Amino acid sequence: MTELEVVDTEVVSKDEKTPRIGRRSPWRRLLRDPQAVITGGIILAFVVLGLLADVIPSYGPNEASLQAYNADVGTEGYPLGADASGRDILSRLLHSINTSMVAGLIGSSVALVIGVTFGLIGGYLGPRVRGTTEWIFALIQTFPGLLLLIILTPITKGDFRATMLIFGVLLAPGIYRIVRNQVLGVKNELYVDAARVSGLTNRRIMSRHILLSVRGPVIIAAAFMFGTAIALQSGLAFLGVGSAGVPSFGAMISEGFTNLYSEPTQFLWPSLALGLLTAALVLLGNSLRDAFQGARPKAAKIAPPKVLREDGTVPSAAAAPAESPGLLVVEDLAIAYPTPSGELRTVVDGVSLRLDAGETLGVVGESGSGKTQTAFAVLGVLPPEAVVTRGSIRLEGRELLGLSEGELRTLRGRSIAYVPQEPMSNLNPTFTIGAQLVEGLRSSGSMSKQEARERVLALLGRVGIPDPERTFRSYPHQISGGMAQRVLIAGAVASRPKVLIADEPTTALDVTVQAEILDLLRDLQAELGMAVLLVTHNFGVVADICGRIAVMKQGEVVESGPTTELFSDPQHPYTRMLLGAILDEETVRTDGPVAAPVPLGTDAR
Amino acid sequence: MIAYVVRRLLTGLVLAVLVTFITFLLLSPSFDSVVQNRLGQVVNPDAAAALKSDLGLDRPLLVQYLDWLGGVFRGDFGTSYFTSQEVQVAIMDRLAVTLSLVLVSLFLSAVVSVLLGVVAAYRGGVIDRIAQSVSLLGHLIPSLLVAIVFVYVFAVQLQWLPATGYTPLSEDPVKWLKSITIPVIALTIGGAANLMAQVRGAMIDELNKDYVRTLRTRGISTRSIVLKHVLRNAAGPALTVLSLEFLTMLGGALIIENVFALPGFGAFAFAASLQADIPVIMGVTAFAVMLVVVVNLITDLLNGFLNPKARVL
Repeated sequence: MTELEVVDTEVVSKDEKTPRIGRRSPWRRLLRDPQAVITGGIILAFVVLGLLADVIPSYGPNEASLQAYNADVGTEGYPLGADASGRDILSRLLHSINTSMVAGLIGSSVALVIGVTFGLIGGYLGPRVRGTTEWIFALIQTFPGLLLLIILTPITKGDFRATMLIFGVLLAPGIYRIVRNQVLGVKNELYVDAARVSGLTNRRIMSRHILLSVRGPVIIAAAFMFGTAIALQSGLAFLGVGSAGVPSFGAMISEGFTNLYSEPTQFLWPSLALGLLTAALVLLGNSLRDAFQGARPKAAKIAPPKVLREDGTVPSAAAAPAESPGLLVVEDLAIAYPTPSGELRTVVDGVSLRLDAGETLGVVGESGSGKTQTAFAVLGVLPPEAVVTRGSIRLEGRELLGLSEGELRTLRGRSIAYVPQEPMSNLNPTFTIGAQLVEGLRSSGSMSKQEARERVLALLGRVGIPDPERTFRSYPHQISGGMAQRVLIAGAVASRPKVLIADEPTTALDVTVQAEILDLLRDLQAELGMAVLLVTHNFGVVADICGRIAVMKQGEVVESGPTTELFSDPQHPYTRMLLGAILDEETVRTDGPVAAPVPLGTDAR
Repeated sequence: MIAYVVRRLLTGLVLAVLVTFITFLLLSPSFDSVVQNRLGQVVNPDAAAALKSDLGLDRPLLVQYLDWLGGVFRGDFGTSYFTSQEVQVAIMDRLAVTLSLVLVSLFLSAVVSVLLGVVAAYRGGVIDRIAQSVSLLGHLIPSLLVAIVFVYVFAVQLQWLPATGYTPLSEDPVKWLKSITIPVIALTIGGAANLMAQVRGAMIDELNKDYVRTLRTRGISTRSIVLKHVLRNAAGPALTVLSLEFLTMLGGALIIENVFALPGFGAFAFAASLQADIPVIMGVTAFAVMLVVVVNLITDLLNGFLNPKARVL
């Protein structure tokens, strides 16, 4: 164990010397990760010890001596004692390291060679070739690996190298799938097309672009497979598969295990060594993953927005000014996101909006101007890492910031509702449309299932769905995008909300459908007397249905006022620019589905 | 639906035939050692030839294989060369032991990982950190070592549980439970570690989807969103991992059985392969492949039930 500690300190000092710049290279990042350095050092120490297996101990791994039978730790010439056959435990331990390393190397390299080769072929060549490779690797994966290796003992003659060769083949599907996925992903990227256009051959495209992008995941997988191969080899040796002349951790553990009652230390050494080695490999694999793929996904909390004031106070409904209540008032709202370095980056900075009953307010601005973030803040559905640093949001005089998820839930649906941008991704693919709408309706009111069902069917008819019964029973993937948006509108207005927040409700839709959806929204607004907050980047839409406009740019409202005034006499240069953009097109600006540049929710981050 | 199941079982059958045929071909070079194992080291060539033709090993390979296959379709897997026991009877006995380990462990892993993974994914915080540490720990230690340490502590030192041996469930349920407790815990730790990470990952992927936010804006409770909507979507990827975990656990069980001297599939298959007991090896292969086919079929059916897009009606 002392050797290990020496290596540890050595490596730590190396870590300090590593320059603290260059966060970009994954290898540099790896060198700065103490976990990677320590586990890497442990593995290196194992390798060195294995290489010195013929030098350090006084006896060979299979040299049996009757005098040394079950010798104690510290016996002359047997520093770790001897086993029941009188063989030097230290010598066997060090030689076992080599067995493990060779096993790991064979297993992982066979998996790598086969997996990468066929992954490239299957991913890059056409679907017919891919069908074949896919089938073969799926077949390989259905083999119960360990059982197969046991059954094939008559063929491998128990040689662990032959066994690992076969095991490498069994591990290959994991690598194959990673490479195939990466290649398929990269293949569709534009730069490969560009490379092809510029006359590069297929093989050069593969080696240059694709191998570079699959490098990370493959290295990670290989590290884990190295560990898996070692663990499996030990397991097989423990079972007795393998020739008795090859010292290995598994065989030593098995021998020690039979002696467990009388000589527990004989079992301790190989177990410790194997445990340490596999643990180091797994931890190194984790470090590799962090270095190459960034941090693992954080938990996705369902919670109201965090409110974090500089003065530590949380606004309360009582503090709200009594005069001019308005229906929905947003005042000096600021939202920030933590950056990797830990500071907060503000994406919405001092936004104030006011929405009165029955009116329609358009919030206009380009992608990243903070309009969607503002809408989410009002609904209380900001992403979990967002922080509200300033301001107040009041609905009928009641402060929304600081309310719990449960309190917000009683408002959502009934007082305030939401129509999203991308219809398909906003429906749960595994439930029927009817079930989703009925659940929403029933959770915001006390309604029987039958009542809710009838109301939903009526609503589906009202939003212009030709066959409500059929749509009710359909799953989201069975209806069109335009129908899905009508379904979402039905879901939003189901409980007759006072405020409807529509976030780019037409952006993802076909041009012909857009106008219909806007008409529907306008009609429903008049019918239900809702106030509508319409978030859009499309001035044409605004001109169509909004009474007032607020123009947002880089997280701030730069100009606001009645639509007619803003159109005839825009004050801010940015407003003029946006208006200029639609006048140039001479028609209402329309964006097809492809033009939705940023997926919902990633806006302004 | 029934047509689908039948079709899947038929492809499974084809697969089994293919795999057993390949195994048979791979085994054919060792036919001579069968004879040697039976007759001992000093072999009289005449006696060897006589035994070989007795066992039918001198016939063309394809004939031998088809003969075996014909027997299988009549429900006859042959008899062991060495114990003269009927292969299917011997296999069923051993499989019962191994499967009781694997199925109980799989079930426990699934329960633990769904509970921990779901809460970790949507609550974060301390529970998430605990779940991730548990998962890491389970990955770090090979289940073989866990099993041995448990034997040492609970069976040898504390003597709470038997260290070795197996009691069939039909004989004495309490003794059965005691005899599989430590092996099941050892298998579950590794399995749950892997599954938990997958459940958590799949849940987080789903929780970040747009529809979750939209459901929230309709006033639907967090409990319903997490347990009904998100879990159902996350269950698909998790199920696939679960079916792969079945294979991993089967392998793990073969080793763990040995620690506890349980009369399972592993030691049985190993003894057969050491002696080149061809009928037993072939039987083990055929049963293993069919087991895998059935598990995959169940996985796909469950997936179809959970996810309408994956439905195959």
